[in-house]
Amino acid sequence: MGTHSACLPDVILLKIKNTLLKTNFKQIKEKVIESILMLSSAATSITVVLIVFFLFIEGAGVFTKKPIDKGFLLAVNESNPVGKLEPSQIKDIFDQKIINWSELGGKDEPIVLFRTGDITDYYTEEELGENFVNFPDKINELIAKTPGIIAFFSDKYVNKEFKGKEVDINKISVYKFLSGEEWFPTAEPVAQMGVKPLIYGTLWVSLGAILLALPIALAAAIYLSEIAKKRTRNLLKPLIELLAGIPSVVYGFFGLVVIVPLIQSVFNLPVGETALAGSVVLAIMALPTIITISEDAMRNTPRAMKEASLALGASHWQTIYKVVIPYSASGITAGAILGIGRAIGETMAVLMVTGNAAVIPHSFLAPIRTIPATIAAELGEAPNGGLHYEALFALGCILFIITFGINMLVELVTNRNSHKKH
Amino acid sequence: MSIENNLAKKKRRSQKIAFGLFTATSYAIVALLFVILAFIVTKGIGVISWEFISAMPKNGMTEGGIFPAIVGTLCLVLASMVFAFPIGVLAAIYMNEYVKDGWPKKIIKQMTNNLAGVPSIVFGLFGMSLFVNKLEFGDSILAGGLTLGLLVLPVIIRTTEESLKAVDDTFRQASFGLGASKWETTSKIVFPIAFPNIVTGLILSVGRVSGETAPILFTVAAYFLPKLPTSIFDQAMALPYHLYVIATSGTDIEKSRAMAYGTALILIIIVLISNLLANALRKYYGKKVKMN
Repeated sequence: MGTHSACLPDVILLKIKNTLLKTNFKQIKEKVIESILMLSSAATSITVVLIVFFLFIEGAGVFTKKPIDKGFLLAVNESNPVGKLEPSQIKDIFDQKIINWSELGGKDEPIVLFRTGDITDYYTEEELGENFVNFPDKINELIAKTPGIIAFFSDKYVNKEFKGKEVDINKISVYKFLSGEEWFPTAEPVAQMGVKPLIYGTLWVSLGAILLALPIALAAAIYLSEIAKKRTRNLLKPLIELLAGIPSVVYGFFGLVVIVPLIQSVFNLPVGETALAGSVVLAIMALPTIITISEDAMRNTPRAMKEASLALGASHWQTIYKVVIPYSASGITAGAILGIGRAIGETMAVLMVTGNAAVIPHSFLAPIRTIPATIAAELGEAPNGGLHYEALFALGCILFIITFGINMLVELVTNRNSHKKH
Repeated sequence: MSIENNLAKKKRRSQKIAFGLFTATSYAIVALLFVILAFIVTKGIGVISWEFISAMPKNGMTEGGIFPAIVGTLCLVLASMVFAFPIGVLAAIYMNEYVKDGWPKKIIKQMTNNLAGVPSIVFGLFGMSLFVNKLEFGDSILAGGLTLGLLVLPVIIRTTEESLKAVDDTFRQASFGLGASKWETTSKIVFPIAFPNIVTGLILSVGRVSGETAPILFTVAAYFLPKLPTSIFDQAMALPYHLYVIATSGTDIEKSRAMAYGTALILIIIVLISNLLANALRKYYGKKVKMN
């Protein structure tokens, strides 16, 4: 056989070779394309990983730094036994809520506050010299001679003969961050980073929105899936879905010029920017999500089940609430949870209508502030890489974790539903 | 006998009340949509003129036009789509045509879902941290476009996947039967049939991108910039951010109210047009594909 093939004309050999090459080339091309496709499909996963990475790297910074502006320090008299303070204690000291060192485990000595600007209370301009050249000496002297002093000043005034004792400020712990009740990220001398009011604010507004939206959305879903004629349904559904397409900033604007004044006049309030305004706007925005998902679930109810119920003499309405709603309960739940998720992450609309007061909410008719609104409002003013900047990223982490958890929950609920069907 | 009659009557009455309530609620929601639209349209229509859409803002944004904001939004839409559309479509093709059911597919699906659930402000944080600071793009159309692109990526993947799924398997089998390879089948048979629906998804995501505010707050948006961007490394104004600024923190909120209504109307028009266009396309091609 071998000799036979050797006798084949060269033209044919070349042809065979070419075809082989061609198929080879084709195979390689297919492989290359497949790997490009595979890489593209990895884009979303890579993005999620990158988001987690950057968010947590930047956010973690808030727990590793001392919550005092760079280049500043707090100092006390050498003889003062208090050496370490919590950020909240320092705030209370400077707010004069704590006025004696004995409250902090020190000696019975009234606290004397000193900020850089106070220097003129102690020394004349002549004593400080031209361009405040004597400033470091005078501060040193003042701290040394005042046993109850706590001084906040720039570390460029610390010279070699400095005899005061620098106060160690505790870093913000994760627990303190989550449970702290005061959010004053730019407070002097130390920032207060407690996100409890923001978390509460976010939950209040979102839950309020769902309480408003859920009954309305359910009614509409029942109408669309069970009662409406096909033509009506085809007309109404795109319109309701259009609600989801309106940009959130337009909702915020609408809320600001219509809903806020309305709430103000109806409840006779000094300001209309309240948690309620946020909930109303978010409820409108959450409607399409909940309606679409619950309607899908209801339409998935097997015909046989409904017919069996009707055949037993149940009315259409009885069939709906005894058969259709129980059957689609998990779909409805998924819709509601997803609606809450959307509401929690919504930024612009909430930012524009809730008044943005970082206090733990006590009423729906008072201003509140949510996590996303805080990030949007403050990030522009927070210096890059600073403590405030990192705290806002830590807020982003909290938001990410909440919405991630909600997504998983939805997945769980809908999976359970699909298992039931099999 | 009369008891049964009463029961039946009661049953019928409760059904009537319930159904009446549901119907009323549904129409109320639609009415709400029209109230919002009508409000913005009636207040904004008087503001819109040729000057409004073609001139620079003047006097602390209380007068003049919003031309740079319109151009900025167009640039952002373009930048995000150039980036997200090819990747999204290729990813969807891989998911629907190539990969078999199994854990890799599950993971990719889950991750895409997760990305879709990430709040827009978190995209803003991420974009600022990665594109603006780490990669040193600065506040620029590039940084904002990439951030917005990542935001709509899951939307594009989902709609493309749906479109590919809608293509009848017989087309694929016929193509394979004639000896076509996988990529030939995908690129020459499946993709062209699904293309109109894919474009529908693209149009919808354009609507989404042009209205997003939170992701561009810290990656591109300029407060007041009465000139047009000249490169992708420039800052730009954008319609949604412009609306936010003049509605809440302009130099004179009362005076710029009119401008705000006009801007809101332009935004609504963009969204309405993209929705109508998408629906029309879907209907038109929906019929055509069925005829094949």
